[in-house]
Amino acid sequence: MAIFLLRRLGVMLLTTLCLTFVVFWLTNLQPNLEKLAKTQGNMRMTDAQVASWLEARGYARPILMKYGEWLGVVPGFVNLSADGSVQARCLDDGMTIETAPRYCGVLQGEWGYSTVFREDVSDIISIRLGLTAKLMLWVMILMVPSALLLGVLAGMREGSRTDRALSTISITTTATPEYVSGVILIAVFASSAVGLKWFKGTATSAMEDANFENFFLPVLTIALFGMGYIARMTRASMAEVMTAQYIRTARLKGVSFPNIVMKHALRNALIAPFTVIMLQFPWLLNGVVIVETLFNYKGFGWTLVQAAGNNDIELLLGVSVVSVIVVLVTQLISDIGYVYLNPRISVS
Amino acid sequence: MKEPYDGPILEIDGLSISFFTRLREIPAVMDFSVKVQPGEAVGLVGESGCGKSTVALGVMRDLGRNGRIVGGAIRFKGRDMADLSDSELRQIRGNEIAMIYQEPMASLNPAMKIDRQLMEVPMLHEGISEAQARSRALEVVADVKLPDPERILKAYPHQLSGGQQQRIVIAMALMSKPALLILDEPTTALDVTVEASIVELVKDLGRKYGTSMLFISHNLGLVLETCDQICVMYSGEAVERGSIEDVFDQMQHPYTQALFRSIPLPGADKNAHPLVAIPGNFPLPHERPKGCNFGPRCDYFEAGRCDAGHIPMFDVPGNERQSTRCVRFREIDWASPPTIGATHEKGEAGKVVLRMEALKKYYKVAANALFGGEKKVVKANETLSFEARESETLAIVGESGCGKSTFAKVLMGLETATEGQILLDGKNIEQIPIEKRDTKTIADVQMVFQNPFDTLNPSMTVGRQIIRALEIFGIGKTEADRHRRMLELLDLVKLPREFAGRMPRQLSGGQKQRVGIARAFAGDARIVVADEPVSALDVSVQAAVTDLLMEIQREQKTTLLFISHDLSIVRYLSDRVMVMYLGHVVELGDTAQVFSPPFHPYTEALLSAVPIADTSVKKKHIVLEGDVPSAMNPPPGCPFQTRCRWKSRVPGDLCETEVPPMRRMAEGHQVKCHLSEAEFVTMEPVIEVRTEDA
Repeated sequence: MAIFLLRRLGVMLLTTLCLTFVVFWLTNLQPNLEKLAKTQGNMRMTDAQVASWLEARGYARPILMKYGEWLGVVPGFVNLSADGSVQARCLDDGMTIETAPRYCGVLQGEWGYSTVFREDVSDIISIRLGLTAKLMLWVMILMVPSALLLGVLAGMREGSRTDRALSTISITTTATPEYVSGVILIAVFASSAVGLKWFKGTATSAMEDANFENFFLPVLTIALFGMGYIARMTRASMAEVMTAQYIRTARLKGVSFPNIVMKHALRNALIAPFTVIMLQFPWLLNGVVIVETLFNYKGFGWTLVQAAGNNDIELLLGVSVVSVIVVLVTQLISDIGYVYLNPRISVS
Repeated sequence: MKEPYDGPILEIDGLSISFFTRLREIPAVMDFSVKVQPGEAVGLVGESGCGKSTVALGVMRDLGRNGRIVGGAIRFKGRDMADLSDSELRQIRGNEIAMIYQEPMASLNPAMKIDRQLMEVPMLHEGISEAQARSRALEVVADVKLPDPERILKAYPHQLSGGQQQRIVIAMALMSKPALLILDEPTTALDVTVEASIVELVKDLGRKYGTSMLFISHNLGLVLETCDQICVMYSGEAVERGSIEDVFDQMQHPYTQALFRSIPLPGADKNAHPLVAIPGNFPLPHERPKGCNFGPRCDYFEAGRCDAGHIPMFDVPGNERQSTRCVRFREIDWASPPTIGATHEKGEAGKVVLRMEALKKYYKVAANALFGGEKKVVKANETLSFEARESETLAIVGESGCGKSTFAKVLMGLETATEGQILLDGKNIEQIPIEKRDTKTIADVQMVFQNPFDTLNPSMTVGRQIIRALEIFGIGKTEADRHRRMLELLDLVKLPREFAGRMPRQLSGGQKQRVGIARAFAGDARIVVADEPVSALDVSVQAAVTDLLMEIQREQKTTLLFISHDLSIVRYLSDRVMVMYLGHVVELGDTAQVFSPPFHPYTEALLSAVPIADTSVKKKHIVLEGDVPSAMNPPPGCPFQTRCRWKSRVPGDLCETEVPPMRRMAEGHQVKCHLSEAEFVTMEPVIEVRTEDA
């Protein structure tokens, strides 16, 4: 088991490296850098000025070297220009070139500085990630049990009226993307268009003080989308399990229907959807981008939109690293959980 | 609670079951009656699709959404099952009627430990505590003769072997000491020696617990060994009913007779006494003929009487409880011998075409699937040496895991040999994988597969599949040439030419296997490896397919390597037999030599394990203990030493330390055993045919 974990961690590390490099390379393409120079310096800079601005701040060097610096495995860039002013990557406020550290990258905990928010990337990410985690937690609490319930109820008697009704519901919710369902929900429950002003159409206040009124709509919007999908998977797997021979064995042992479902079918039926639920995490990250923007909830997704929209290279990089880690960790958990659910698979 | 009751345990009276589809009602069982007395075992015999499993599920009232009982009554201990409420029915299921299924792996819950699955039964029906239930489980697991019951109880189903799983299913059925046990093909998925031990167990337990049994099987030999009464079914109807002796010796229905004539009994011989296949096909449920269902395939058919209308069961005078569904049973001379079809001269074996010399195939397996680790060697084939001649049938016999399929793969070129040689016409082919073999070699060495249902491409017509083979073998210059050749091949395997345009799903199992054979012979194959070619087919179809293979062999002088675990059919059709166990050839010789003493102890056990559907055959009773050891971890010395009943006759610990040498017993007969000459002489034949009626 320990070796398995170590290997998986190794793979995760490698994947993170590759993915961040891709993001790093894309954000450091020449047009991006020129844009950066103009927003940071002066909108009316000439091409020559842009070039020298980039030169002075170390942006013009080979991509691998810059990536190494960002990681913290290559010493930070230092430029002592002729006029005595110092440009250095690792130079923070209140530091001189002598006291500044040689390395300052992700490995040293230096995630860089956000040009949009004028704050350290690590601070932004930790606050925003916390807010999104709160949102996700409630989404999961709402989505997983209701999806499983829906799926199990539909799948235990395949083809029955309950099955068809519940299947229609889950197909409809999966087929409605968040930007549609979100808008509809706001229109129905939070605006004067229908008049049911049960909830608030914005979740900004939920960042400090989340309650049912200001938080339910965004949670519901994300949950609805993911719920249908999980319910469909659960239904399929439940329906399959219910036709298995060992279910017939249980039936002919005299086990009652509720007990067949609970004791014999459920665990076998949950093996497949478990992976799907874990796979939902990356999808949720996706949905979070739309929903947070829609409800003006300033979490991780909203930050991503801001960073991407404003060419905030360091913030964008930080966000992508964290996303990659979230995805990989959930996959690891799903693999380990799989082993516990399915006795036929063992890792060690 | 169970009350004492002394009438018949189960009484099925005029039962009819139908399945309802959108299109029509499909009658699966019609007017079926049978009685099971206390302590009695009733065999229900018939081919697949005849409705025997439907009867079992009907008794349990578990026919699914589409099935419905449309007539008749099932009385269990005098109570009509139709009157029972759901909860009363649940009280009976598992408690008073228990069922044992065909596939033990599929009928155990994979995510539940054995003890939970066993304990559930008495806890449910008798409301006893968990501790009591567990001690009961322990007791029953010991009763079904599983070693180390504590460990077994804590295991998951997938950690047990097939035989062990089936014992667990039996244990589960016995947990509440039921009055009736329904066994639905309980040994079909198991090896013959395992089958023999399970049958033995079921008989013993039946006696011990006084349980009545309804034994469903397609294997007449098994029914003979286990049952007191038999009921033969055909196409949804019981056609004959009676005691084992009456039905086996004085059958009163043409179908029963045809069934017995189509199975290879001792004495059948492919040249002198060929099997008589039942002509035609099993009717589909919605295409049943008027009157007698068997009419169109019956030799005694008389228009106007047999197809006039519904035929009831007639009691056979003189034999108590025997009845038959045949209007002409009084007129038919049941003793007249079958009209023997064409008898053939024994084909002369020609020159040696294939020679194996000390062939070895080892697989390296990582001990740990994920991280590699220490490599283990699985010795799938250990020094195989034999030769096969032109127009000879060499049977390769052994249970699963004995290496017979590995050998076929190496010969076909799907794997390459680890050591040794395969000489095809004197050319080495053991190291040439199939992609690198020339077209001639590929066309020469072909295979007929076990399962005709999976080996045809479901989205290609039959003709197209054969033409495809012809293209690969480079036969025929033009498409028209190949088309002509394809039609000839269909003629060869006796399929109508219209079948060229059909899809595999429109064919029956036997017809699909014929297509498989046509494909194998497309390039005039000289060596055909037939891997259990008839084991997936019904008894009556088996005879026809076997005969077809024999006939093509005679015409084309093919060398047939017939891989099988069914010794009856092997005795019937093979010239020489090779017995394999755990990768070793333990015995090799002419069919007569292998089937009579002296033999290898394993051959002896194998012969004894095969059920024979003939009351005049006396069999020595040898039951092998335990399972076949894992090839990953074979025992030291003789591979068979862990289960050998002769081991004590070998002085010292020779069997445990040394692999026995291949000993020549007679011309062309070799046995791999340490037993002394004197011991071999004392061996008695396993199968004796009582000669009084011969």
